[in-house]
Amino acid sequence: MRNKQVELLVGAFVVLGFIALAYLAIQVSGLAFSDKKDSYQIVARFDDIGGLSQRAKVSVAGVTIGSVESIALDKELYMALVTMNIDKDVDNLPVDSAAAILTSGLLGEKYIGISIGAEDTFLTSGDEIFDTQSALVLENLISQFLFNSTSGEK
Amino acid sequence: MSEYYVDIQEMSFSRGNRVIYNDVSIQIPKGKITAIMGPSGTGKTTLLRLIGGQLLPSTGSVLVDGKDIPLISRTSLYSLRKKIGMLFQSGALFSDISVFENVAFPIREHTEFSEETIRDIVLMKLESVGLRGAAQLMPSELSGGMARRVALARAIALDPELVLYDEPFAGQDPISMGVVVELIKRLNDSVGLTSILVSHDVKESLSIADYVFILSNASVVAQGTPEEIRNSEDERVVQFLGGLPDGPVPFHYPANAYKTDLDLEY
Amino acid sequence: MKTIVKLGGRVFDWLESIGRAGLLLMQSVCHKPKSFYGALSLLNKQIYSVGVLSLVIVIVSGLFIGMVLSLQGYSILVKFGSEQSVGQLVALTLLRELGPVVTALLFAGRACSALTAEIGLMKATEQLSSLEMMGVDPYRRVIAPRFIAGLICLPILSLIFSMVGVMGGEFVAVDWLGIHDGSFWSLMQQSVLFGKDVLNGVIKSFCFAIAVTWIAVYQGYECVPTSEGIGKATTTTVVLGSLSILALDFILTAAMFGDF
Repeated sequence: MRNKQVELLVGAFVVLGFIALAYLAIQVSGLAFSDKKDSYQIVARFDDIGGLSQRAKVSVAGVTIGSVESIALDKELYMALVTMNIDKDVDNLPVDSAAAILTSGLLGEKYIGISIGAEDTFLTSGDEIFDTQSALVLENLISQFLFNSTSGEK
Repeated sequence: MSEYYVDIQEMSFSRGNRVIYNDVSIQIPKGKITAIMGPSGTGKTTLLRLIGGQLLPSTGSVLVDGKDIPLISRTSLYSLRKKIGMLFQSGALFSDISVFENVAFPIREHTEFSEETIRDIVLMKLESVGLRGAAQLMPSELSGGMARRVALARAIALDPELVLYDEPFAGQDPISMGVVVELIKRLNDSVGLTSILVSHDVKESLSIADYVFILSNASVVAQGTPEEIRNSEDERVVQFLGGLPDGPVPFHYPANAYKTDLDLEY
Repeated sequence: MKTIVKLGGRVFDWLESIGRAGLLLMQSVCHKPKSFYGALSLLNKQIYSVGVLSLVIVIVSGLFIGMVLSLQGYSILVKFGSEQSVGQLVALTLLRELGPVVTALLFAGRACSALTAEIGLMKATEQLSSLEMMGVDPYRRVIAPRFIAGLICLPILSLIFSMVGVMGGEFVAVDWLGIHDGSFWSLMQQSVLFGKDVLNGVIKSFCFAIAVTWIAVYQGYECVPTSEGIGKATTTTVVLGSLSILALDFILTAAMFGDF
């Protein structure tokens, strides 16, 4: 009788362990198992991606519509090749849309913002966004500012 | 087949620098109760461990049932031990399981008997030590004497050919001592097993033993039937049996001269 | 001269005990169980006493550590105006470091000390000897199930610890300090990687489990079978176990997260 109780508790313990693993996988690390099915991929090349990381969000007008799938170096052009997963139901991004790497807040996460173009044809899986704007690198910004202000005085 | 179940030949054993046994030869006849006696600290328990293969002698041989313990493999040592039951001084019951499960333990480990057969065997063994009613108690609820009887039931659970008793009488009240003496005698006579009894209780040991060895100073000082031992004139035996405080076995542990230790003499 | 001899003796003793510990581990783990069901029921019992009984202390400390992390993180992050990332801070700290390490330390104190004391007492009351004399291998019967139960339980406990910690952190950050729960979760999900953070944490706690359970069963099996000896062995288990957890943590962290 007591043995049964022990077995039951051990079973519950192991199940709790699996629940914890699932919680950490889905809720904490945001692992979605149906990610690939409901999305299509587009690519963009940037001169400088700053601190953009994998799984950073991709947004239009501040609304998240996808995430960064992978980041690689384009060896011929020496540019960063970013692959993005875009939700399937957002299927009307014009082909002349522009992608910019933005920062949420002063020191926050980097993300990709897409500003909508005017064409009637839409991006489909594998297409590329050609109009890109690199991340603002703080150092460049400051040196530019200093350079401009000194030249202004002259 | 020899007539001895255990045959120890010219065996020596030492622990660190201390010699426990020096060229000792002991023969244990089959089907008899053999008592091994001697003052505390002569390594009587060590002898049982040597027979059971938990310790290995430095020289000499220990033959149990015709097999030389120091030479056989671990596997055959373990299968040989199924034929040996041992009653530990403290009982050594497993404190986390009930009396019933304690006695059932060796049966479950070594046989494939059905649950019903196991139950029958366990109850029979407990009945033979008079504790069938205590089957569902936990070891912590038993008195010292009862615990030792349960341990005895466990030691004979697999119907061994050889039973080793380590100080079965020590720390028992007169009544339970009488019970244990009676039990050992009865078990030996009815089942025909070989018993080795290690003890320093002279009266009880001599009353049930068929043959007696007396150990002292790393060797056998006397052996024979209880009758021969009682009539021995060896002064070491006389001292041990009579319980004389001083004799060949000194009262004092070896020490410097008394006066030197007290700084009265330089 | 004397000191050198003494030192040499110490080194030899030390090497010898490592060798004995290795043999102990090998002999207890490397064997075929006689019956699968029997082995499982032995294991069950040990998982119960090692794992299930440690659950309360793990859950309570996980909850409080998560809450404290959240509070401390908030008070610093709010100065930079990025208090939204408190979830990320809590989750990463718990998954990478505090989860495995604190759980292992608690485990060493709660379960492993009990293991050592139990095995030591079995030795002192001649239970181990009597197993041997019954022809039952104490390695297989006593050491192996306890060791394996430790390996199974510690990773599970540390997962539960991290989960409860994140929940406690969320409670403080979202329900108390008023951080928007959407940004709390999304920032956390953006920075936590399942493979790198969660799985590495599990690997870490598995390594800790090997070290600390091994120390516990070895200390129990080799202790001097007196009440003083058992007490000493228990203390050694906790001290040596905790130190080896922390040292091992440094090595593992360098190996796993060292490539910035």
